[in-house]
Amino acid sequence: MHELAITEGILRIMEDQARQQNFSKVKTVWLEIGELSHLNREAISFCFRAVIKGSIAEGAKLEIAHVPGKAWCEQCDRIVELSKLGDSCPICGGFELQIKDGQEMRICKLEVV
Amino acid sequence: MCTTCGCGQGDVTINGEVPHGHAHTHNHNHNHNHNHNHDHDHGAGGSRIVEIEQDILSANDHMAMHNRQDFARFGVLALNLVSSPGSGKTSLLVRTASELADKMPIHVIEGDQQTSLDAERIRQTGVAAVQVNTGKGCHLDADMISRAIQNMQLEKSGVLFIENVGNLVCPAAFDLGEAARVVILSVTEGEDKPLKYPDMFLSAKLMIINKCDLLAYVPFDVEKCVEYARRINPQIEVLQVSALNGDGLGEWYEWIAAQSEMLQRDG
Ligand SMILES: Nc1nc2c(ncn2[C@@H]2O[C@H](COP(=O)(O)OP(=O)(O)OP(=O)(O)O)[C@@H](O)[C@H]2O)c(=O)[nH]1
Ligand SMILES: [Mg+2]
Ligand SMILES: [Zn+2]
Repeated sequence: MHELAITEGILRIMEDQARQQNFSKVKTVWLEIGELSHLNREAISFCFRAVIKGSIAEGAKLEIAHVPGKAWCEQCDRIVELSKLGDSCPICGGFELQIKDGQEMRICKLEVV
Repeated sequence: MCTTCGCGQGDVTINGEVPHGHAHTHNHNHNHNHNHNHDHDHGAGGSRIVEIEQDILSANDHMAMHNRQDFARFGVLALNLVSSPGSGKTSLLVRTASELADKMPIHVIEGDQQTSLDAERIRQTGVAAVQVNTGKGCHLDADMISRAIQNMQLEKSGVLFIENVGNLVCPAAFDLGEAARVVILSVTEGEDKPLKYPDMFLSAKLMIINKCDLLAYVPFDVEKCVEYARRINPQIEVLQVSALNGDGLGEWYEWIAAQSEMLQRDG
């Protein structure tokens, strides 16, 4: 499960930031995860709790903002909503879709002391 | 713990040996942080907010960028082969390596959780192969590839085949620096796989439908499979092959040659 490797990556980013920005404890972590990204929110929350044990983020709160999926429909010549890969355009039913939004997997900010 | 394969780093080996630290040929001290690190006071409690705005996979993506630069320097076409376990990645590579080796330099990296069986199968063709064992890890990442290529002599205008860990989910998230991803689906797996595991098909340039010699024995609707794959990725190219009897491999070799030419031309 890649969510574990990815959560370990989040911890590494926090540890780097702690050195660069002089903090010793993370209280809250804000993530942004797109609806069309590779990540499953439940799996991330689960792995997060496991990975932060004994780290600078032990006990930290995890806030995950959800970014809705959007795609460009060739047929309709406009941006449409796409809530998961493989869905058709909600307007014309076509699949000529180019993803524009919703693939993000970002760490946005931290509350630290 | 983790439901599928309980991925974890730290027990990675390359050709059976534990790689020592991060022995990258290039220096990673240059700072690629495009973050605007503003601190804001957060009033009471002494806590403050640190803005980061960083892609969670930025460390991997950064390493992948360096791999891509290394491949470009040598004009080596790197292909990342992904599929579920047993779709025929190694069988395809064994055949490809033996049939292309006199036409262009061939390099192979084999990724598996355990054993060097696949690398040995490649080596029997006379082509050099590096085995990366990911231990509990369920995918290759860019750092493993960076370390593996230090164990190889990349030759100008060659092809590097990277066989990823058999897994249709996790490898999708990790850019290795490849020029293209090739997803292999065998006809015994069912034509619905592109819809069930869309991430992999979204990021692939080519889908190879393998084991077509078995089409006479298993119900598998090729047309439907292609339609499903194009619902996810309208641009995906498709080839039908049998790594067993060699059907369709000519077109696979032509595809490789075309990608290689494209790489040489566009730098
Ligand atoms: N009938 C038939 N069998 C095939 C074909 N290609 C591979 N096989 C068989 O499928 C099985 C798995 O093949 P491998 O090449 O080991 O598959 P793989 O994708 O490398 O497997 P992992 O590395 O374990 O993920 C072997 O028994 C092969 O002989 C094919 O085109 N036709
Ligand atoms: Mg194999
Ligand atoms: Zn439409």
